[in-house]
Amino acid sequence: MINNNVVIELVVRNHPGVMLHITGLFARKAFNLEGILCGVIGDGTTSRMYLLVKDDDFLDQIVKQLRKLYDVLEANVRSDYDYSIFQNPELALRTDDDGQLMNTIL
Amino acid sequence: MKLNGAEITIRLLERQGITDIPGIPGGANLPIYDALYKSSIRHILARHEQGAAFIAHGMARSTGRAAVCFATSGPGAINLLTAIADAKLDSVPIIAITGQVSYNLIGTDAFQEVDTYGLTVPITKHNFFVRNIEELFTIIPEAFRIAEEGRPGPVLIDIPKNIQVQEYEFDQWPEPYVREIPTNELNHKAIEEAAAMINSAKKPVIYMGGGVISSEAYENIYKLAKKNSIPTAATLMALGAFPCNDLLYLGMLGMHGAQYTNMLMDEADLVLALGVRFDDRATGNIAKFCPKAKIIHIDIDASEINKIKNADISIKGDLNGVLEALLEKVEESDRRDWIRQIREYKEKYPFNLPPKDDIFHPVNLIRYVSSIVGEDAIITTDVGQHQMWTAQAYPFKKPRTLLTSGGLGTMGFGLPAAIGAAMENPDRQVICFSGDGSILMNIQELATLADLGLNVKVLIFNNGHLGLVRQQQELFYNGHYMASRFETRCDYTTISSGFGIKSCNLGKEKDPLKALKDILLSPEAYVVDIPIRENENVLPMVPPGAGNTTMIGGAGYDK
Repeated sequence: MINNNVVIELVVRNHPGVMLHITGLFARKAFNLEGILCGVIGDGTTSRMYLLVKDDDFLDQIVKQLRKLYDVLEANVRSDYDYSIFQNPELALRTDDDGQLMNTIL
Repeated sequence: MKLNGAEITIRLLERQGITDIPGIPGGANLPIYDALYKSSIRHILARHEQGAAFIAHGMARSTGRAAVCFATSGPGAINLLTAIADAKLDSVPIIAITGQVSYNLIGTDAFQEVDTYGLTVPITKHNFFVRNIEELFTIIPEAFRIAEEGRPGPVLIDIPKNIQVQEYEFDQWPEPYVREIPTNELNHKAIEEAAAMINSAKKPVIYMGGGVISSEAYENIYKLAKKNSIPTAATLMALGAFPCNDLLYLGMLGMHGAQYTNMLMDEADLVLALGVRFDDRATGNIAKFCPKAKIIHIDIDASEINKIKNADISIKGDLNGVLEALLEKVEESDRRDWIRQIREYKEKYPFNLPPKDDIFHPVNLIRYVSSIVGEDAIITTDVGQHQMWTAQAYPFKKPRTLLTSGGLGTMGFGLPAAIGAAMENPDRQVICFSGDGSILMNIQELATLADLGLNVKVLIFNNGHLGLVRQQQELFYNGHYMASRFETRCDYTTISSGFGIKSCNLGKEKDPLKALKDILLSPEAYVVDIPIRENENVLPMVPPGAGNTTMIGGAGYDK
């Protein structure tokens, strides 16, 4: 279903407005955004964000636009990443009765 | 020392060298105004926040340095939005500082609360919401750096009222941001390739945009054009960056460019795209733009490369620095055949002026004004027919002499921008060309102009219409004139005297040119109402969506 996709990995400044800057960019430039994963890294001043996007002619422009955002410190395309987690992120969050992550049963 | 957030803000602005700030006070920024009471900074009370922000445009666009404006929360902030978006599209360094309701009220629909941060995300280069008072020390110098560095643009800082009044003990001020000459890490390989491409081209053309002015690259562009005999066309934003009386100069390209300009671009085998973004008003139908040409694109913004048109060679960097290196590699050439063709095309596809005795033709009036005010005068325009007539006919010779809303096309820009330009350039003449549609969109700023007593002349080309709309309805909508004619014709002399500004209706003068000359040479503000023909069109014109060589009224105004 999402085999023509690619992951963009970002390091961003961690504050409440940063997600708005990134999703707003995709909305106003009419880029497709298939999935987002995000988590705090290090001392909490930065976050790492994974964006699942279509691997098409817009990819180069998307990365350039992301790099222009002040709060985006790094933006790189990760064509070597497995992105099956985007298909069902719940598996990475939900635990079973023993407190084990559901994705271990994959 | 111990100061509150508002005092810290003002002191940081003083330390950045800010001396004048246009704005309007209100509930949520009153502490900032209280701090201003004790400051050396002069505050310019505009009559609408959009006016304040466009005054900042006039300051920033005429100097290239960041200018600051103030507004309160809610409607004050929202009234800034048009001018902020305008600064984004034309890459103008302005810094808007808005008051916000106190942090504990955020999200409660408090009085005059609006999500200023959220609203300005898409229209700023960057924006800040100040959550802690300590952040002011980094955010304010950083705002100046962001506004001026690289491709310039607008920055907004939203400061909640509780932070403005909070007191803070500190020992040391941060260093103010100081602009440095941009240093490129030059891509020598690409520069070599570009030089080789130029040297082997038969029909190269320079297509230069606003980046030439931001980067102050005009001297090196002139040197490059001269050394290799490359004809040079300008976008609206680049007018003034190349002396208009030079043989190599092709004038403005695009929708209202001269026919020879667009025809020669069409012939080119190489386009040097310098500080441009391939805007549709300049390129026409992009698939038909310079179809025979290879493209060398140089821009400081990497995202402009290959955005609209793929480049054969692209160089990201400060234009002036890149040109400096490129100049050394480019050979001298006189390009006799190509220059002969330029001459021929200028004769074959000319831009004809209207008959000289048609003194009320806008093109003639604009050229008459230029003959009186000299080449250092700063010209602002509003948006519409008068703007395009000015772009076509005014002989701009120096950079930053035309201040106009190019990308956003904001009616109401001209008068406040002229005020800002006059504030920053007290020794220069400032003229605002406007229309009777545009001037009403920020006419309240005549009060600000009267406050300041600046020598700004506002020349209103009055045709009783939204002229460019009327023109498009005539040409492309079967003459269905819908909502383009004004029922009420305002009396601008009465309006002006209500603001305490001198005025004149040129249509009632026995010797209108003499009257206009006397006004232009007088040392005070003036509003001049100039009646023009209602059905006068801007010619030539490329129909929207067509290629640039498809021009209506190709020969200009000599019918």
